[in-house]
Amino acid sequence: MTATIAGVAVEVDGDGFLQKPEQWNREIGAEIAREAGIAEMTDKHWQVVEFMRNQYLETGSAPSIRSLGKESGVPIKELYQLFPKGPAKLAAKIGGIPKPRGCI
Amino acid sequence: MKRILILGAGTAGTIMANRLRKLYKREMKAGSMEITIVDQDDRHVYQPGLLFVPFGIYSPEDCVRPRRPQVKGGVRYVTGAIDRVEADEDRVYLEGGKTLDYDLLVVATGTEIAPQETEGLTGAGWNEKMFDFYTLEGATRLAEALEKWEGGRLVVNIVEMPIKCPIAPLEFVFLADWYFTKKGMRDKVELALATPLDGAFTRPIASKAFGDLLDRKGVELVPDFNAGEVDGPEGKLKSWDEREVDFDLLVSIPLHMGAEYVSRSPGLGDDMNFVFTDPNTLQAKRKENIFALGDATNVPTSKAGSVAHFEAEVLEQNIRRYMAGEPLAEEFDGHANCFIETGHNKAVLIDFNYDVEPLPGKFPIAGVGPLSLLKETRFNHWGKLAFKWVYWNMLLPGMDMPAVPARMSMRGKKHGDLPKLQRHDVLGGSPTNNDNGDEANKVA
Repeated sequence: MTATIAGVAVEVDGDGFLQKPEQWNREIGAEIAREAGIAEMTDKHWQVVEFMRNQYLETGSAPSIRSLGKESGVPIKELYQLFPKGPAKLAAKIGGIPKPRGCI
Repeated sequence: MKRILILGAGTAGTIMANRLRKLYKREMKAGSMEITIVDQDDRHVYQPGLLFVPFGIYSPEDCVRPRRPQVKGGVRYVTGAIDRVEADEDRVYLEGGKTLDYDLLVVATGTEIAPQETEGLTGAGWNEKMFDFYTLEGATRLAEALEKWEGGRLVVNIVEMPIKCPIAPLEFVFLADWYFTKKGMRDKVELALATPLDGAFTRPIASKAFGDLLDRKGVELVPDFNAGEVDGPEGKLKSWDEREVDFDLLVSIPLHMGAEYVSRSPGLGDDMNFVFTDPNTLQAKRKENIFALGDATNVPTSKAGSVAHFEAEVLEQNIRRYMAGEPLAEEFDGHANCFIETGHNKAVLIDFNYDVEPLPGKFPIAGVGPLSLLKETRFNHWGKLAFKWVYWNMLLPGMDMPAVPARMSMRGKKHGDLPKLQRHDVLGGSPTNNDNGDEANKVA
């Protein structure tokens, strides 16, 4: 389905994850963050989101919370403070990449 | 001569070896095909049985047979630990320097628990008040502990998804409820399930059904709980967002990872050591002559024996196609089929795939059954117990299941006006066309 975020028409899934990462920009990310209750995206937030996004674009799959904690430069506990409840999921959503491979 | 090499002689590898052995019977006799299977030991554990060990229903010995006899005639069995796969050389290195060359490689090395990845879990109290039941050793020690336990708060915790047999934690609490009831001490036991999921199960309808069952059995559900740390002596399970769950006895389903050699095999797997695998053809992304099935893959369906069985049916044909120079078929649909033991001699059966979540109905014959989907019945329980015989005598030898095809059937399922799940919801990738035929089957 199509949604308009930060004035741009983008393809999203039922949970609001962008389906085409190339449609993303920082304004879109900031608006998704605001809707998810993150009023202000700090440098730390962007560091995580961009790490996540780059990993996805390079490898085709989003990193797990564990490798996010090891490799993004932000420890897992802090990730949960930055992105309450589900850091991997929320950072993926803000970063404009599809919902991380869930658990079935 | 062509050489097929299978890594891992567990459920998936054994089924695959036996199917390929039958497929290439003539070629093997003529000496133009060699099939080799590698495993590091000769102990095949019947993993569905592990659930029953803590409650004294099965003994540890009931669950183990040697690996070798399950792989039938003609297949070469090599014992050795795998060091790495060098895909560019079409060669597998074993520890100690031995190498195995192949024309086609099948990765079936499954997944293992990694309790050491959770801070404190393997520290003080591990195997005393904190246990796993995903290994025979863990399940056996837990049986001893439960037998003499005098009651208190028992917490089952899933550390992180994906896990093997994702319904096993639910079955564990259902059986625990039954076990303590039978012992006349249910009133001395508090049961809780702490899970990273937002409900009892991953898909909405089954999640609701199992959530209701938990309620009825007086089991507390703690959803959205991502365990980051365990304090054994204090009996506290702590989440990353700093919530705490108290326990007297912790049954942990630790983080799962693919086999360690995957991390030493350039480009083969992801950061959890699961092999990058095409979800429909089961070809590894690393190189065209590598395939993978069972728990070892990163395909977004359950890690379960039934899945390995359905995958093997599809993969056998894709291996035949690959060897014959034909294009692969995108046939695998994520089909999974699981019995869920709910205690009191009853069980629930679920049947689902990448697109369709578990639904109520009858199985495998529409309207008749004899098994019931998403509903507690005694017949389902008998089905689950009979499965042990089916496993050793039909599943591992690589036979097809009567009336249960590899692709999921919508026959007998009550789907009403349910929207079909969007494939990318579970795949997390861009939507792809998965409707390669069999549409009639889906709406029948």
